[in-house]
Amino acid sequence: MSTTTVTDTNSTTAVAMVNVQINGTWHKFPKGTRMIEACRQVEAQVPHYCYHPKLSSPGNCRMCLVEMGMPPRPAAGTEPEKDAHGFAKIGWSPRPVIACANTVADGMGIRTEGKLSEECRRGVMELLLINHPLDCPICDQAGECRLQEFSVEHGNGESRFREEKVKKPKNVDIGPRIRLDDERCIMCSRCVRFTAEIADDPVLGFTERGSHTTLAVHPGKRLENNYSLNTVDICPVGALTANDFRFQMRVWFLKETKSICTKCGRGCNTEIGSREKEVFRQSPRENNDVNSTWMCDQGRLDFHFVNSEYRLTQPLIKVDGKHFAAAWKEAITKTADALNSAKPEEIAIIASARMTNEELYLVKSLARSLKVDQLDVVPRTGGADNYLRADDLNPNSNGVRTILGIEPGSKLPQIIENIRGGNVKVLLVFGENVMKAGLDAADLQKVNFIAQSHILANSTAEQSHVVLPSSSYAEKRGSMINVTGRLQRLNQAIESPGEAHDTWEILRDLILAATGSNGLHSVDDVFKQLAGEFEIFRGITLRGIGDQGIPILQTNESVPILVREAERKKQGIIVG
Amino acid sequence: MSVESVQYLPGKQPHARERRLTFRNVDRAGFDPSIECYLRDGGYEQLHKAVTMERQAIINEVKASGLRGRGGAGFPTGVKWGFIPPTNTKPVYLICNADESEPGTFKDRYIMHQDPHQLVEGMVISCFAVKASLAYIYIREEFPEAAKILEKALDEARAKNFLGKNILGSGYDLEIYIHRGAGAYICGEETGLIESLEGKRPYPRIKPPYFPAALGLYMCPTIVNNVESLCHVKHIIAMGGAEYAKLGTPNNTGTRILCVSGDVQRPGYFEVEVGKVTMGEVINDMCGGMKSGRTLKAIIPGGSSAKVLRADEKFKLKDGRELGIMDIPMDFDTMAACGSMAGSGGVIIMDDSRSMSWVLNNLNAFYAHESCGQCTPCREGSLWMKKISDRIVAGNASPSDVDELERLANNIEGRTICAFGEACSWPTQSFVQKFREEMKAGTKSEIEDRIVAGETELAAAGLVG
Repeated sequence: MSTTTVTDTNSTTAVAMVNVQINGTWHKFPKGTRMIEACRQVEAQVPHYCYHPKLSSPGNCRMCLVEMGMPPRPAAGTEPEKDAHGFAKIGWSPRPVIACANTVADGMGIRTEGKLSEECRRGVMELLLINHPLDCPICDQAGECRLQEFSVEHGNGESRFREEKVKKPKNVDIGPRIRLDDERCIMCSRCVRFTAEIADDPVLGFTERGSHTTLAVHPGKRLENNYSLNTVDICPVGALTANDFRFQMRVWFLKETKSICTKCGRGCNTEIGSREKEVFRQSPRENNDVNSTWMCDQGRLDFHFVNSEYRLTQPLIKVDGKHFAAAWKEAITKTADALNSAKPEEIAIIASARMTNEELYLVKSLARSLKVDQLDVVPRTGGADNYLRADDLNPNSNGVRTILGIEPGSKLPQIIENIRGGNVKVLLVFGENVMKAGLDAADLQKVNFIAQSHILANSTAEQSHVVLPSSSYAEKRGSMINVTGRLQRLNQAIESPGEAHDTWEILRDLILAATGSNGLHSVDDVFKQLAGEFEIFRGITLRGIGDQGIPILQTNESVPILVREAERKKQGIIVG
Repeated sequence: MSVESVQYLPGKQPHARERRLTFRNVDRAGFDPSIECYLRDGGYEQLHKAVTMERQAIINEVKASGLRGRGGAGFPTGVKWGFIPPTNTKPVYLICNADESEPGTFKDRYIMHQDPHQLVEGMVISCFAVKASLAYIYIREEFPEAAKILEKALDEARAKNFLGKNILGSGYDLEIYIHRGAGAYICGEETGLIESLEGKRPYPRIKPPYFPAALGLYMCPTIVNNVESLCHVKHIIAMGGAEYAKLGTPNNTGTRILCVSGDVQRPGYFEVEVGKVTMGEVINDMCGGMKSGRTLKAIIPGGSSAKVLRADEKFKLKDGRELGIMDIPMDFDTMAACGSMAGSGGVIIMDDSRSMSWVLNNLNAFYAHESCGQCTPCREGSLWMKKISDRIVAGNASPSDVDELERLANNIEGRTICAFGEACSWPTQSFVQKFREEMKAGTKSEIEDRIVAGETELAAAGLVG
């Protein structure tokens, strides 16, 4: 049997290909492919618990045991016996091997089906369940639990266990955001490896021996690093649960919406779990150019404001120093009138680098048609942590640079100066509380008219003559450009509360009212206009951005966690 | 100095059938663990000789000697040394496995207590051969005295330049450290031992890829050898590999120490040429026969993990021989052909007063306690087996529980990370297969009826399939 080589399109090095028989059919794989990955590629799924492509493989769960064989070494001077396809006949080993840590070899045979592999799985399932509490009805993992999932296919209908189960600690407080149920733990060590290998915070370990083995935090330690909740994601069972989510909602009622995190400039890819009008959780979604499969706790948990009681749900107009609920048309007209009654140099617009490209584009259109030059956003920096968090704490600073053509914060000091000097008559604020950006109530009283579009009640809103309630990141579609220059898309998970409007719609209506020209019907139309105007968006549609984003800008940012992941992959420690 | 001139302490005279090599100085009159005593007896002469030899020549002598590891697996020592990748540029480590913890085994402790310099000399020669400049003696926690004695021996050897820099002017440097375990059987498994030495929980590593000779201690090539094996290296250098190979029988060369315990008149340790004595000779000649009025019932021939042999079994071998239990020569290959293993040399003799259920339960309790808990089948299975055998001993089991034990053991064997899976399932498999009737005799069928009735009721209610 000859070994052929092909050239990997992504590199100049030739990768040797090997012939492997899986469930009776021959395939070619690059040398070094893990058996479990080879099987997955040909849709021969191998169930597993401890294996995770981003972590080292200790091979401890034994769920991925499969039957394996190699051609026996022929006796001296004889040719190996061939099968119908011309490959040497496989001598099957009576001893199963783990598919997770072993790599394929030329001439190898793998059987994921058949008596031996099936008996092994059935045996491991039985052993994993004998001391498991089987408390699925009250377990948060139910519905997305690998024990449940694999029980269906590989479990036994009834238990042969006639003994007392091992008792272990329950409801253990191991950190500020996580709870541990040791009886549910199957000792796969994914969490232990994550904290040691990815988070550099090895606080988890096992104590006791044998069946009494217990996951615990080391004495005097807590699982409290900013990446701790990733252990809940990778826990294949209900041993680790998030304090924030436990007992809140059965997972099968959750609608999963692919989106991105807006807590910093990284733009970690996420899945928003929502039901009806409420967001219940947010978890990382794999994107190997952005966040691997991880995200920080800060970003993950920063969604509760979406369903906050402080949400602005109606347009407000101030009459005699008091806010009254108003119709949208009235609020927009009042704002447009104020804009039209002032000279361009008397108008200032403070927008936000948390706005989408589409929203920023409409802000730019508005400013352009009103000939307003005083336009900037509020910069935020200082977030970098050598893992995922970017120094830039705004999610779309690169959108600001690209679309507004300004460095975030470059014009803000002058605008503030002008407001304080009483030279600004009309102030439009989008998505920012300017009283946290250097202005106070006395400054704002010098402005004749203030309109603010925001999602939560805030001190600037109190000072505003018109308040325009807008939508949160979970309630809209749109795009942003992250710190590495990747164009990514937000998707709408839930409806906005009350009468709050999508920010792009508020801007559209404002432009229409102030200038009388428009013609935009959807946020996709906004993106189309944007793409017509800016070279780097050319040929792209909002729909076409896809779930994994598109790199459109060159920046010098690298992602520390991805750099280290690439190194471990190169060393063969992880699959990646 | 010839063996005949060696005098032993009163009552400690070796049996005439013994051939003392590594145990030559054990119980020897006038012998003490000091280096002076060892040197007076020709100590470290083989080291002087070895450091003038080519390294490959030493490895070749060990290969030619046919020495097989005395820790339990019986893997050829010279072949193991040859597994260090030839292109290796990393440091090489040698570890002496002094974690002697297989129940029924008590040989290494005598060497360490009474003749520590024999081990040190064997280790230095072995380290020289495999180019290790750092070596460890991993000694079990339960041997505190041996650790002290070895520390002293290492100091003495260092003072005489048998250890340290430029050993005997050869330009070769070596340091040996003692590392004490914390009381876990699994630390005798070589990759578990390595993890422990690195300061971690002794979770055995998966093989592949972590074969110690390539990726061992700190991911460097590492040779792990048993105490007795390393001592033999000294004698191989003294005699020459070919001469050493004349001891014992083909493919089962040299001498080895049998540790006989249990129901015989005179239990103890006996160094014999491998395969030159039979089980019957060990029991009847060397150990003075069974206790009076008792008859042989069963033997565990190679440490507690070895499969039990029944007294009345007949073993049909592939070469046509049919052996009774007393005819089995004490070697690696025949013992394997008889369905068990020579293992660590721990021979446990049981007479007709012993309840096999109790014996199996005792073993199961040991393995349930010592399972490291890393991988599923052994972690969960070992305690389950113990719980079932608890009930069998307590008379609270049904006949089907005995069969269940065997099914369970079959579910563990061959499916674990390390050989503990076999170590804990082989006793159960063999005891149930060979003493099923006896074990079932202590069970109650009405318990079966109760369970079946319960299951039938559930089935009738549509609650189970």
